[in-house]
Amino acid sequence: MLTGHRTWVFERKPVILTTGTVGGPFEANGEIPEDFDILHSDLWLEQDSYEKAHKVLMEEACQTAIEKAGLQKEQIQFFLGGDLINQITPTSFATKTLGAPYLGLFGACSTSMEGLALSAFLVNGQGANYILTGSSSHNTAVEKQFRYPTEYGGQKPPTAQWTVTGAGVALLSDKGEGPFVTSATIGRIVDMGMTDPFNMGGAMAPAAVDTIEAHLKERDLDPSYYDLIVTGDLGHIGREVSLDLFQKHGIPIKEENYKDCGLMIYREGQPVLAGASGSGCSATVVYGHLLNRMKKGEFKRMLVVATGALLSPVTFQQNETIPCIAHAVSIEYGGEN
Amino acid sequence: MSNNQKKKMTPIQQEYQDFENERETKRPIIGNCVKAFFVGGCICLVGQGIQMFYIYFFNFTDQTAGNPTVATLIFISMLLTGFGFYDRIAQFGGAGSAVPVTGFGNAVISAAIEHRTEGYVLGVGGNMFKLAGSVILFGVFAAFVIATIKTILIQWGGL
Repeated sequence: MLTGHRTWVFERKPVILTTGTVGGPFEANGEIPEDFDILHSDLWLEQDSYEKAHKVLMEEACQTAIEKAGLQKEQIQFFLGGDLINQITPTSFATKTLGAPYLGLFGACSTSMEGLALSAFLVNGQGANYILTGSSSHNTAVEKQFRYPTEYGGQKPPTAQWTVTGAGVALLSDKGEGPFVTSATIGRIVDMGMTDPFNMGGAMAPAAVDTIEAHLKERDLDPSYYDLIVTGDLGHIGREVSLDLFQKHGIPIKEENYKDCGLMIYREGQPVLAGASGSGCSATVVYGHLLNRMKKGEFKRMLVVATGALLSPVTFQQNETIPCIAHAVSIEYGGEN
Repeated sequence: MSNNQKKKMTPIQQEYQDFENERETKRPIIGNCVKAFFVGGCICLVGQGIQMFYIYFFNFTDQTAGNPTVATLIFISMLLTGFGFYDRIAQFGGAGSAVPVTGFGNAVISAAIEHRTEGYVLGVGGNMFKLAGSVILFGVFAAFVIATIKTILIQWGGL
């Protein structure tokens, strides 16, 4: 049901039945390795190119989610997913194996929540019983496309972020134990004229703030309703900037309840500069780490706000500014509803 | 954000950029300069050592030892790039590892390694000079301009 201009409240409460998360070697050394279903010690995943490895990440995540639910892949009615590579080939190629009807999405690093919002909407509208949704990124495949060759010796500034190698997939259904997807707010493009592709957090922070404010206003909620508000990949700089923006706009969000996936996945001391990023970042952290904690009862309501910077290497070279977007999805489990 | 003035920013964008700029972690310029000085210095010291080696053990002179020295440095740079070590030196050393000839070698070799998966002709051949190509182009052009000026000064300036 549409509430306000761009928020959907899902009265049928679609359920996240199972999830599948896959990570690479750098994630295995990180802060939350136990929350991944599969971890690879080799960045190539025994493939002969990084793009193929990227595809395998997605395939394995889908397969894990389906197996955990005790379903067959033929029972999956739709798959909604995306990644960061040109023409989202890794996801499309992975879907070839899956065989399910497929809608490819691109929302840069916000793809995970774009997919979850749309899937929940479909399930809520009785458009499907089982939907698979997810997103992935592969560090070197993405770096190759957006930046310099992997082994090129270019010094990155302290505002740069590390692209996650990982895939996170959620299997949604119309019935089950939970956690439940209760509402979603679709973001709009916010362009503050930032041009530095090595400072994504700073560019994306206003988009996250815009979506969170719209969500709270349209659902008429106080930020304290959520035990946790978690952003996708703002990193240190974006998180700090957005907190200051909330303060400036008079939104009482508490610092301890406002986290960032990009700051959860890696350990202190890993050379990630301002934090993690990539469309696999929010997908793996939310579908792995955060849902596990939610099932343990550590918190009951969370708002996930995945942020994306919608630039390409060409627009950057042509001196265009970076348009950003953020989609918010609320997930609840064990609350009084 | 030095090119802000050139672009037409709305007051809101301008205000946000100033707001963001205050909260941005800055590059430690002085620290980076000191690191670059020492890393660059170390690479040059190694180069000097190799040059001396060629002069003392082979029949090279100060003028002719340059070429084999550069070739050796590029070879070392190639090994370090291939073993995935050069980018780590570069993250620490910055300009110190980018400016010497080893940085140039790294730019060519890293691009060649990266695009190996697209085949030898379209991948390696087509992308090898992706980064270094502009250095070669503008380097040759700059040399041409300087040589022209020199020639003019010698021919007509009476130098």
